[in-house]
Amino acid sequence: MPELTVREALRDAMAEEMRSDADVFLMGEEVAEYQGAYKVSQGLLEEFGARRVIDTPITEAGFAGIGIGAAMAGLKPIVEFMTFNFAMQAIDQIVNSAAKTNYMSGGLVNVPIVFRGPNGAASRVAAQHSQCYAAWYAHVPGLKVVTPFTAADAKGLLKSAIRDPNPVVFLENEILYGQSFDVPDGADHIVPIGSANVVRPGSDVTIAAYSIMVGKALEAGEALAGEGIDAEIIDLRTIRPLDTETLIASVEKTNRLITVEEGWPTAGVGAEISATITERAFDYLDAPVTRVSGSDVPLPYAANLETLALPQAETIADAARTLCR
Amino acid sequence: MASAKKKSKTTKSGAKRGGKAAVTRETLETYYREMLMIRRFEEKAGQMYGMGLIGGFCHLYIGQEAVVTGLQHALGPGDSVITGYRCHAHMLAAGADPRAVMAELTGRADGVSKGKGGSMHMFTPEGGFYGGHGIVGAQAPLGAGFGFANKYRSDDRVSVTYFGDGAANQGQVFETFNMAALWKLPVIFVIENNQYAMGTSVQRSTAIQELCQRGEAFGIPGQQVDGMDVLAVRAASDKAVAQCRADDGPVLLEMMTYRYRGHSMSDPAKYRTREEVSKMRQERDPIEHVRDMLVEAGYGNDDSLREVDKEVKAEVNDAAEFAQNNQEPDAAELFTDIVLEA
Repeated sequence: MPELTVREALRDAMAEEMRSDADVFLMGEEVAEYQGAYKVSQGLLEEFGARRVIDTPITEAGFAGIGIGAAMAGLKPIVEFMTFNFAMQAIDQIVNSAAKTNYMSGGLVNVPIVFRGPNGAASRVAAQHSQCYAAWYAHVPGLKVVTPFTAADAKGLLKSAIRDPNPVVFLENEILYGQSFDVPDGADHIVPIGSANVVRPGSDVTIAAYSIMVGKALEAGEALAGEGIDAEIIDLRTIRPLDTETLIASVEKTNRLITVEEGWPTAGVGAEISATITERAFDYLDAPVTRVSGSDVPLPYAANLETLALPQAETIADAARTLCR
Repeated sequence: MASAKKKSKTTKSGAKRGGKAAVTRETLETYYREMLMIRRFEEKAGQMYGMGLIGGFCHLYIGQEAVVTGLQHALGPGDSVITGYRCHAHMLAAGADPRAVMAELTGRADGVSKGKGGSMHMFTPEGGFYGGHGIVGAQAPLGAGFGFANKYRSDDRVSVTYFGDGAANQGQVFETFNMAALWKLPVIFVIENNQYAMGTSVQRSTAIQELCQRGEAFGIPGQQVDGMDVLAVRAASDKAVAQCRADDGPVLLEMMTYRYRGHSMSDPAKYRTREEVSKMRQERDPIEHVRDMLVEAGYGNDDSLREVDKEVKAEVNDAAEFAQNNQEPDAAELFTDIVLEA
């Protein structure tokens, strides 16, 4: 199996879908001539030309809206946000125009569009450039929210997202762009939206994470194994729709659950999972669900404070130790 | 290609009535019937709102009938239209069944959106109409997206993107102007300037009140049009459509119009005088204008026009009857149409 970076996997997913479907195009800031602010769209302009790989001005609400209109007209846009922090300028379009139109039109008008870009903390870019939007978009009926960790999932899920007839918010991670993973060869590799993946089977405690936090959870899992704690680690991969069946099946086995997210705790993804498990698998829990999350503060710049504010492998391992004591 | 200077030239037509010479009897009769249909439909909707049969917000188009009517006749199959929340007339103009539109207003099962959209969220893709959007100004980039799709497909179709004088001050409208001009999208931006953004007059909200000039900074030529004169609207629209089809878009039309009723049904309209409204009704009514032309040309008289009104009223009453008796949506509809099966 060839090894690819997440960055290359995302590029390959877009290139393959653009080759097979003439309605798919990419638009966003710096996606064409600059080859992507994070070089995700490297080579796409050369292969597909300026008609299908389109540099936009810095005007998020405007180009998100134009993408949504084009999707209503039957095209399949991929709208790249340089980061999801800037998509807050466009969140009205994503929520009100993209997510709700199929419902409001009684199914007459659908919006097959992908909004993608890096989400969450990068490194030392402080509060306005470091926010995780998974919980925000997961709140909205009509959207799908995808959060891959590995390159294989990034590719397979992005291909699913592009083919999906609904609006999909595809949350990437800047730090993961350069990390390499095995990726199945060929254009047939697809990962369905809505299915979590047990990336480390275990029997003592379930750790559910997404995006870059899956890596931290795996690190924690290694450390815990040395101490005799056998953690089962679930890569959620999709936040909406959430794969509750996989979570419940795991909790039925381990009887303990830790959720891990980079975003804020209040009304977050962990809070949602905790409520769902309490409602649907309460009898299987031997301990309260524990949330590990980003600290409830705007992300600070100072290196030490930033590290303190974000979940680390050790924070996750500590939570497991406490829970399994 | 026209020079940038020439291209962005903005023209004001003033209040001059459009020429009558070229218009046929059939065209005039069609305009009359369609505009009357919109008015009677909206009057009925107002009544039904008063009776509690229509809920929520309900924004009536009464007074503005010439704009959508004249514009729609300049369009052809495959062209698209989008607007804000004042959209009942645009639905009718796009050929939607009045029964289904009225049943949407009453929130019933056979409403165009199955009763899930309501007054502000109606669509008829068959007729090229794509809503019906409730967030002021948000339809501007959406409409440009349709123009983008036309350009992408090189299909020579155009997108008509309506918004009001209020929405003209929203930031994303300017963002859209910039991209539409940058990419030369076949978009006709139509500002329905009915003088009031809810209760705030253009004078009180807008630094430069000539909204037709709004595109100039982007190289988008603008024209101010007498929006109470369906022939003037049609003439300006024909020209704009031809320009866009010839890949010389986008263009901007400022339709000077007036709504007789409040912003929505809950508007006591204390921001303007009764005299102002009645003067407009008496002197500039767009339907009376067509009626006068019909009579003057000998194409109609009191009797024949009364007959048209009777037919239109019958159709509206039928729609109202249907909308009141149609059942409410099945409870199971609550959870349909959220996402499509992938």
